Amino acid sequence: MMQDQETVLLQGHIIDSLILAKVLDTILMMGGTFDLQDVQIGKTREEPSRARIIVRASSAKLLSEIVHAIQPHGASVESERDCRLAAAPADGILPDEFYATTHLPTQVRMHDQWLEVEGIEMDLGIRVDPVSLTARTIPMGQVTRGDLIVIGREGVRVIPLQRPRDRDVFSFMASQVSSERPHGHIIGDVAKRLVQLRAGFREAKAGSKVLLAGGPAIVHAGGREALTWLIDEGFIHVLFCGNALPAHDMEVDLYGTSLGYGHAAGRVVPHGHEHHLRTINRIRAIGSIEAAVTSGVIKTGIMAACVRRGVHVVMAGTIRDDGPLPGVITDAIEAQDAMRAAIPGIGLALLVASTLHAVATGNLLPATIPSVCVDVNPAVPTKLADRGTFQAVGLVMDAASFLRDLARELGWKP
Amino acid sequence: MSRLLVCPPDYFAIEYEINPWMRRSNAVNSDQAVRQWHHLMQVLEQDVGAVLDRMKPVPGLPDLVFTANAGVVVGNKAVPSRFRYPERQREEAYFEDWFRGQGYEVVTLDPGHFFEGAGDLLGFPDTWFGGYRQRSDIHVFSTLSDWFHREVIPLELVDNRFYHLDTCLCPLSGGELLYFPPAFDHYGQEALAERIAPPRRLLVPEAEALRFACNAVCVGKHVVLPAGCPETESLLTSRGYLPHPVPLDEFMKSGGSAKCLTLALD
Repeated sequence: MMQDQETVLLQGHIIDSLILAKVLDTILMMGGTFDLQDVQIGKTREEPSRARIIVRASSAKLLSEIVHAIQPHGASVESERDCRLAAAPADGILPDEFYATTHLPTQVRMHDQWLEVEGIEMDLGIRVDPVSLTARTIPMGQVTRGDLIVIGREGVRVIPLQRPRDRDVFSFMASQVSSERPHGHIIGDVAKRLVQLRAGFREAKAGSKVLLAGGPAIVHAGGREALTWLIDEGFIHVLFCGNALPAHDMEVDLYGTSLGYGHAAGRVVPHGHEHHLRTINRIRAIGSIEAAVTSGVIKTGIMAACVRRGVHVVMAGTIRDDGPLPGVITDAIEAQDAMRAAIPGIGLALLVASTLHAVATGNLLPATIPSVCVDVNPAVPTKLADRGTFQAVGLVMDAASFLRDLARELGWKP
Repeated sequence: MSRLLVCPPDYFAIEYEINPWMRRSNAVNSDQAVRQWHHLMQVLEQDVGAVLDRMKPVPGLPDLVFTANAGVVVGNKAVPSRFRYPERQREEAYFEDWFRGQGYEVVTLDPGHFFEGAGDLLGFPDTWFGGYRQRSDIHVFSTLSDWFHREVIPLELVDNRFYHLDTCLCPLSGGELLYFPPAFDHYGQEALAERIAPPRRLLVPEAEALRFACNAVCVGKHVVLPAGCPETESLLTSRGYLPHPVPLDEFMKSGGSAKCLTLALD
């Protein structure tokens, strides 16, 4: 939820005269919100009080109307400076003192106006185009010599998240990491969001895509059918994964095993460990997962559903991969860029059973995107929160149970 | 002993319209105005015992007669007004000269903020009230509070018929407050109610507020107010004050009465 803001100062005998109350009431009545900062109450009757107030509104126009309305009551706009810029000294190098972003909405001041920083993501620099007056985040590796980069903290402001209007689990914006807590209401709230987002997606509304970043445990633990159903029903629009999730998903289709275990019987199948290698080899021979599905070689499962439903899949490889499958991006920075390019338009992120992909995706997500991190290991949601993705709701449970409960909530009948 | 600055109404007239009371078509009867002004002076000097300092009227400045808007005087310091309307800005130099001529240390406010003197700043010895929004800017009150180490409670004036604080509020010497609540918004009304205990609040009825009953001069137990405000007079009498009603309707044509015609100098 993007907000415009301005800092105003109020001083004098603002408490007993109820001037402060009047200013704050005016802000609220006009549809704005405020943060009261540094309120200094006079120690004696004669001593004045001071308040620094951050006024926020949903549009620049409303903000200006509010500021205009409170100025006659003594609120004066705090003078602000433009942000400082320095040229990048070389390709791939940010200037010293570069401003490092958070994943919260951020604005920079140029020529006395606040510019929205586009593509907000944590741990990047901010490149400013002084001609078009635009600002955008930039990863270190993409910097070109001479790019104008924001340095220091002056003229930069980070806007805290507003509590979403929906009164569901996401409105608390706090990681709940405990296996002791009931899951039902969280899954119920996720299901409600999925229904809303699917409706929005069908109407081509911005911010209606659902991203699922997942690991192969989804397949091993028995969540494959539920996830396939969710994709087929149009609830998932972007999939981030590695080499293993598609490999084992297609292994089930071709051999009835995942990592050599008989999928239905739950027993080790003789020479079963070869199945995923044979699967990968087969798909490599066909040339692509898409061709394997459209040619009828792969008929069921997650990847088949993704191909059928046109889900945008980004597969990022790792050092331990076999193969890899065709389409897996093995250059880590290239993979990061491909994932980054898929973020715009996401309205909900489900990070399921993958530490690596959960943290990598968390790093790319603006804090404004509600996220759920599901893992049987409590350390994963904790790690995600510790690395800054504080908006993610942590759910300590098995991936398959989560996906099956979620699908059932949405009408899946296994 | 109380000293008041006054200015004879030699050039008093309605030459422009800068408040809802003023209508150029409603001409002042000059002889009557002079008579009413002299009557007021007589009451102030003889009945109330005030000492009057008369300043010289200036042709072309019809409102110089309203000396309450000259500025404020605190001890030996004078803060001259910064009028909102250009029509009255021409008075500033004359008032400032008068303060300097009398030996006051003149302290001036930053240009850019309006302040209309004792018309918008009234109070008790420890607490002052500042009227804002119609004429004075709220910002000046924190400056004045700093300079004079006094608490100044700003009060928004919400009815343009009561365009100065002294048209709707009058602190009395015994700590009572004579005022007309609807001239303030509910924040102002509450701030006053918080500050002044119920028995000390003297609420003026609307009909008399519109005759400027609150535009009164209080010196000790004497209260000089415009004639035609019997309920206000009884309120004052009930609290032990001695009301002195004076007919001042010629000055009401310009939106002023007893208090507007005087400036307290000590």
